[in-house]
Amino acid sequence: MFDFLQGYDLLGAFWMTVKLTVLSAVGSLIWGTVLAAMRVGPVPLMRGFGTAYVNIVRNIPLTVIILFTSLGLNQTLGVSLGADKFETVNFRLAVLGLIAYTSAFVCEALRSGINTVPVGQAEAARAIGLNFTQVLTLIVLPQAFRSVVGPLTNVLIALTKNTTVAAAIGVAEAATLMKSMIENEAQLIAISAVFAFGFMCLTLPTGLLLGWVGKKVAVKR
Amino acid sequence: MTSVLYDAQGPRAKRRNILYSALFLVAFAALLWWVITSLNDKDQLAWEKWKPFVHGEAWSTYLWPGLLNTLKAAALAMVIALPLGAVFGIARLSDHAWIRIPAAAIVEFFRAIPVLVLMIFAVAAYSEYTNISSDDRPLYAVFTGLVLYNSSVLAEIVRAGILSLPKGQSEAAMAVGLRKNQVMRFILLPQAVTAMLPAIVSQLVVIVKDTAIGGAILTFPELLASVGPMSAYYGANTIASFTVVALIYIALNFSLTSFASWLEGRLRRGKKSTGAVLAPAAVGGTESTGAGGGISI
Repeated sequence: MFDFLQGYDLLGAFWMTVKLTVLSAVGSLIWGTVLAAMRVGPVPLMRGFGTAYVNIVRNIPLTVIILFTSLGLNQTLGVSLGADKFETVNFRLAVLGLIAYTSAFVCEALRSGINTVPVGQAEAARAIGLNFTQVLTLIVLPQAFRSVVGPLTNVLIALTKNTTVAAAIGVAEAATLMKSMIENEAQLIAISAVFAFGFMCLTLPTGLLLGWVGKKVAVKR
Repeated sequence: MTSVLYDAQGPRAKRRNILYSALFLVAFAALLWWVITSLNDKDQLAWEKWKPFVHGEAWSTYLWPGLLNTLKAAALAMVIALPLGAVFGIARLSDHAWIRIPAAAIVEFFRAIPVLVLMIFAVAAYSEYTNISSDDRPLYAVFTGLVLYNSSVLAEIVRAGILSLPKGQSEAAMAVGLRKNQVMRFILLPQAVTAMLPAIVSQLVVIVKDTAIGGAILTFPELLASVGPMSAYYGANTIASFTVVALIYIALNFSLTSFASWLEGRLRRGKKSTGAVLAPAAVGGTESTGAGGGISI
């Protein structure tokens, strides 16, 4: 039944998807946190920059960003991110594009988490004499982090699915393999079923597990 | 200006903020200078490369037809996906397990799969089982992939919208003797629609953004796909082409987003609804929604 899989590196393709996802997730968590800090901070200029970045990046299709990293940054401006092999360059460019795009959503998820903490919590903390650092680390951030698990899970799942767009610049991930397999084998339904199942294995457990964690840790108000 | 993170600022904090602003401005200026010099080194800022966009010749030949295709695919997908989504969303709320469970399975299945995978499947399926000409196939495939994926997302939005209404609404309707489908048709849906509108408009942004996938990978001649021939024709003005295309997308989507938030504000203050508005991001796992997240997958 599944003998058409012979000669294709199915696991390798999905491993590439996982690599793209993990690296982009770590990167966008860092850059997204920086952006969120800018957007909720007291400095108007940084607030403006964060807001502008999020609004611009959110409204550009990811495909445009990823294609730009390849055609614009790499082929026109010669940015190669310290790699010399064609595959490595494209992989790094795809990760860069995914980070730039996903960070905007990470930032919004974190900001919504901070916004769920009622102002009264911070006011009460200041009233009993806690200083700024204590208010932040003891009162506000613990509550914010707990309510952010759900939204961040959604961002992670969207990111997992978005890695397929890296096929546009020739990264050998699952969607790229699926396209070439369908062209070479006369097994449309079976091939599609295999790839659908592969992505479900990546997204559904993540969603269920982190969704459960999110429900468990969320602050009930 | 008071927020949960910091109090109103005194003179020392204000001085510190000015210092931070200055440092940030210096860093930002350095970045900008680096971008401009590297663009200049590659001769991407030359007037010839930008001229076609100012004089309008690029618009009529490349951008406008592409944008038209983008809008066509997005509008078609929205029009078909919305009723489908409504049907599945209501089916997931059914009292009968034999309707509820298959509907849930279908919705969860299509939400777990990348829209590109659905599009690739659709291209192959159309070429194998139908006689749609190969010119029309990309449009059909993009549109099919978008409909399959977004129907399931919209189904979740509809379900969340109905569930967001106060329980008393359906209880009162039952109490005055309405049947189940009357409760849904006359009481729940009309109120849920107003609560859902902002989320639905936000989903349009996702659809518009996803059409670009078809342009890059499935040779669907939409806005993004016009970059290739355009930059080839006007002498390798890649940066200029991308900038203009990105600006068009931003203008289009930003107006949709702004419209959604204006709508939300209006509905919140409105007299006709319960005042409950479903956050645009109340449904997880979509391409664009990162915030909110009332429902986990």
